[in-house]
Amino acid sequence: MNLHEYQAKELLSRYGVPVQRGLVAYTAEEAVSNYAQLQQTTGTKWAVVKAQIHAGGRGKGGGVKLAKNADEVREKAGNIIGMMLKTPQTPGGMDGEGKLVRKVLITEDVYYPNAEGKMDTKEFYMSILTDRATKTNVIVYSTEGGMDIEKVAEETPHLVHKEYAHPHLGIQGYQMRKIAFNLGLSGAAFKSMVKFVEQLYNAYTQADCALIEINPCLKTSDDKIIAADGKITLDGNALYRHPDLAAYRDTDEEDPTEVEAGSFDLNFVKLDGNVGCMVNGAGLAMATMDIIQLSGGQPANFLDVGGTADAKRVENAFRIILKDPNVKAILINIFGGIVRCERVAQGVIDAYNNIGNIQVPIIVRLQGTNADIAKELIDKSGLAVHSAITLQEAADLVKKLVK
Amino acid sequence: MSVLVNKNSRVIVQGFTGKEGTFHAEQMIAYGTNVVGGVTPSKGGQTHLGLPVFDTVYAAVQATQADVSIIFVPPAFGADAIMEAADAGVKVIVCITEGIPVQDMMRAKAFVEDKKVRLIGPNCPGIITAEEAKIGIMPGFVFKKGNIGIVSKSGTLTYEASDQVVKAGLGITTAIGIGGDPIIGTTTKEAVELLMNDSETEGIIIIGEIGGNLEAEAARWIKANGNKKPVVGFIAGQTAPKGRKMGHAGAIVGGAEDTAEAKMQIMRECGIHVVASPAEIGATMAAVLKK
Repeated sequence: MNLHEYQAKELLSRYGVPVQRGLVAYTAEEAVSNYAQLQQTTGTKWAVVKAQIHAGGRGKGGGVKLAKNADEVREKAGNIIGMMLKTPQTPGGMDGEGKLVRKVLITEDVYYPNAEGKMDTKEFYMSILTDRATKTNVIVYSTEGGMDIEKVAEETPHLVHKEYAHPHLGIQGYQMRKIAFNLGLSGAAFKSMVKFVEQLYNAYTQADCALIEINPCLKTSDDKIIAADGKITLDGNALYRHPDLAAYRDTDEEDPTEVEAGSFDLNFVKLDGNVGCMVNGAGLAMATMDIIQLSGGQPANFLDVGGTADAKRVENAFRIILKDPNVKAILINIFGGIVRCERVAQGVIDAYNNIGNIQVPIIVRLQGTNADIAKELIDKSGLAVHSAITLQEAADLVKKLVK
Repeated sequence: MSVLVNKNSRVIVQGFTGKEGTFHAEQMIAYGTNVVGGVTPSKGGQTHLGLPVFDTVYAAVQATQADVSIIFVPPAFGADAIMEAADAGVKVIVCITEGIPVQDMMRAKAFVEDKKVRLIGPNCPGIITAEEAKIGIMPGFVFKKGNIGIVSKSGTLTYEASDQVVKAGLGITTAIGIGGDPIIGTTTKEAVELLMNDSETEGIIIIGEIGGNLEAEAARWIKANGNKKPVVGFIAGQTAPKGRKMGHAGAIVGGAEDTAEAKMQIMRECGIHVVASPAEIGATMAAVLKK
């Protein structure tokens, strides 16, 4: 589950990680009052207005603006709220339609001079994620902050460092010192960084994060280390023990059909193709998408109906798939193992009749226990349904129907 | 031969008296698996399905000399169940549970490695040695005895592959469902190595998915080991978009090497017979075995 920047910063603050302070606003007027409040609590002169959407690269599409007074805050917040923000990570990229911005974060300005009036800031990159190969949590960091880290890794791989934490003992003192030294820090900034890494690691493990990315991780002119931005993905499987974090879910940022499918307990991912599919099992579902493409179609979705595939679930799955006007055919691919095929077939027939008036051709491929009885049931049902037993037969039917 | 489990395996079920545990224990017993008891905390001393129930895995192992455990507990208790089994001295642990938090699994995995116990899963269909022992949730009838081993991240796709193998006139030695989570006990390479060293297994099928480097690691090992047996490979998710989780927690394309295309390329370069269509797994295995 992805968090907004303001939620990520709230989470980090709870674990003692210093962050660039800010207040979220839903209107331009609220932005102005947040600005006044921030000036009081932080002493900031200027403010930064940052669009809150689930996508990176917001600055590139005009979603991050500096404001030097209340009028500018009002103007810039007003412009950003309600805009369709295009970033390299929104659907379709910079040429796509973008994503609606519903709220902005008004933050303090952290790029201020030190007591001698000198600017002495440094931007670093720091992230924590789970490394599948070593089965440990890894801290990835670089002196090249504020930039696209994938590009840094590609062009200057020697500037990207990694520190692996022991799965039982966590990150050790010598590792945190190594990080601070490798980032070229000394004195107060060095000490701040060691503490920052420790608290960030605690936040990662204790809040069951799947990813924390701080870019930039900023050394201020007065040698503080703070998270100037924050991206967090939480482990969905661990949300049961963090009800407060589960409440951060923002369904406005998700595809509405996917949200609805989730409420039916169906595992669904929306795609751009013309052949819908309904499958039991995630691996077989992906393989079914692949076979649709090999047969000349394009998969319109990923949908795992799960092990039971009874009439109610099949009906819900039908309704979800049929919401997509691009769907020209539906392939149902069920490998009946412990659940018998004729029961799934009856479920399909019942669901079909309950919905009524299904305009697109349906291919039902049932394999496994009593597959032949199931095929007979479907063939005799009088419905406009094509039946198949082998995967190849199903593929051939897709080919015929999408021609 | 066969690998990991056979008709002599003594199996206990963790989460024995629950709905899933009960249903699948019945199915396993019906298949002929030597289930010797089960564990449900606070129900020790009872009898379930005609078998003894114990409070702890330790007590179950002491009383029954069980050497294999299969886990059906809810995800919040999954990692704990794995560590309990590892500590009690079983040799093979099969964890069916889906949805164990990654941080829990990371700790459990390190614990199991210290104990030198074989863990299969989690989030897997289990292991089956055809016509000897079914330690999992797969439909047993699909797996007719023969000389092909299967290593797979997926459940139903494994049944599909086995069905095709049988229809191509072949059969199965052992099918190992390694699971679709980001952190799992036994990797593709480790499972392939077991089958490569099994005298009964003549050909191996690898069913992979997008995400992670397990298939590439296995492919490189197969080549370094001298391609001793023909291997057929399929990677699900050729059409999966980047950055989206496709059902399994581990099935997500992050970097360039996570894609189906990249994995298929590496497997081909290592001498594996890669099929683009999942409908061609069985026929391809039969064809390469004849060569």
